[in-house]
Amino acid sequence: MSPEAIREQVFQALADVAPETDPASLDPDRPLRDQVDIDSFDYLNFIIGLSERLGVTVPETDYASIGTLTRLVEYLAQRTPR
Amino acid sequence: MPSLGAEMEKGTLVEWRVKPGDAVTRGQIVAVVETDKGTIEVEIFEDGVVDSLLVEPGTKVPVGTPLAIVRGKGEPAAAPTPAPTVAPEAGRTRASPLARKRAEALGLDLGRVKGTGTGGTITVADVEAAAGGASGAAGAGTGAEKGAEADRQAAMRRAIGAAMSRSKREIPHYYLASDIELSRMLAWLATHNAGVPVARRMLPAAPLLKAVALALMEVPELNGFFTDGAFRPSEVVHLGVAISLRQGGLVAPAIHDAGRRTVAELMDALRDLIARVRAGTIRSSELADPTVTVSSLGDQGVREVLGVIFPPQVALVGLGRIGERPWVVEGAVQARPVITATLSADHRVSDGHRGGRFLAALDRLLQEPEKL
Repeated sequence: MSPEAIREQVFQALADVAPETDPASLDPDRPLRDQVDIDSFDYLNFIIGLSERLGVTVPETDYASIGTLTRLVEYLAQRTPR
Repeated sequence: MPSLGAEMEKGTLVEWRVKPGDAVTRGQIVAVVETDKGTIEVEIFEDGVVDSLLVEPGTKVPVGTPLAIVRGKGEPAAAPTPAPTVAPEAGRTRASPLARKRAEALGLDLGRVKGTGTGGTITVADVEAAAGGASGAAGAGTGAEKGAEADRQAAMRRAIGAAMSRSKREIPHYYLASDIELSRMLAWLATHNAGVPVARRMLPAAPLLKAVALALMEVPELNGFFTDGAFRPSEVVHLGVAISLRQGGLVAPAIHDAGRRTVAELMDALRDLIARVRAGTIRSSELADPTVTVSSLGDQGVREVLGVIFPPQVALVGLGRIGERPWVVEGAVQARPVITATLSADHRVSDGHRGGRFLAALDRLLQEPEKL
């Protein structure tokens, strides 16, 4: 899957937990959770949503390395069949 | 009309989910009402057959008004009693409930409005006329929906304000805080989460809530209601969980009998409750009966929560952020995950000594997470 397609899936998963988010306003290199008002339940639901959409399960131990949109998309791209 | 919180006086029946002749069972959702706290699903407390519905959808009635007549099985049909409308409050300006609400929303003093209704009762039209027609403009056209949402938010803010003012007026609060080291609990949780599908992962909130419920069972003076000048402890812990709404405001519905649920069951209950709060489908029993409340603000980075007790409850447990802090282990400083747990409690019922016992129990329970 292309990084653009992954990014689109990420935005849709994000919209499921934080519908008021405007994807265009997000800085891809700033921590996502600083920019979107989501709590730990929303974040877990976001991770579940990614797993359902892309078939990639992010272990908790990797949470620290997917903090920004850029890093999250890179992480998912490496694990999604092309 | 059930009371869905200490400050609730009235509610509007939005919808019936049953009709005369329907058989109903205890716990079944039979109606939907609109309150300052949002839309609530009303459950029935007995088995039987719906005889008649007494209140039409769209009607606002005071708490305690019969909404329907339900016959027990085999009971003959009863003669329906008419539903009382909201009675004028003695010694206060006579105004219709709708007019009162409209005036509140407009920030208008009812004492300055001339009533043209029966016996000088102020009507909505009087309020809107007194407001100079400004309200008509606000409610018209594309702004109508936004106006309704703003009204709802303002009503919720007033309901929170009223409950918290009453709390600060009546309850002599005392506050205690303890730092609790969580490395065992988090290690236990990480092991659990690594071995289950992503949808079954648990958040720290689940074992924390379980430990809070168990600790409360050890210190019953913190769990129950203070009503009519006396404390009535509760046998079971109905844990009210403060949940913020995306559009502002908060509600604190109950997880029933939290002390007897497993940690995984608490996680499911919490997930279900948050989803329903955000979707606006909380049940009447959940709002009416928390025996104690937990407020967790760790996601906002808050270190300690010094909360205001929700009357008629007598305690509120605050949970802050879990973060690495310097922690002394055998004379050496180490970085360890720590949470600050706080207790706001009612001095009419308990003292700091007993409150301290609760926080000590909470710490002890969290050091043995596998036993939770």
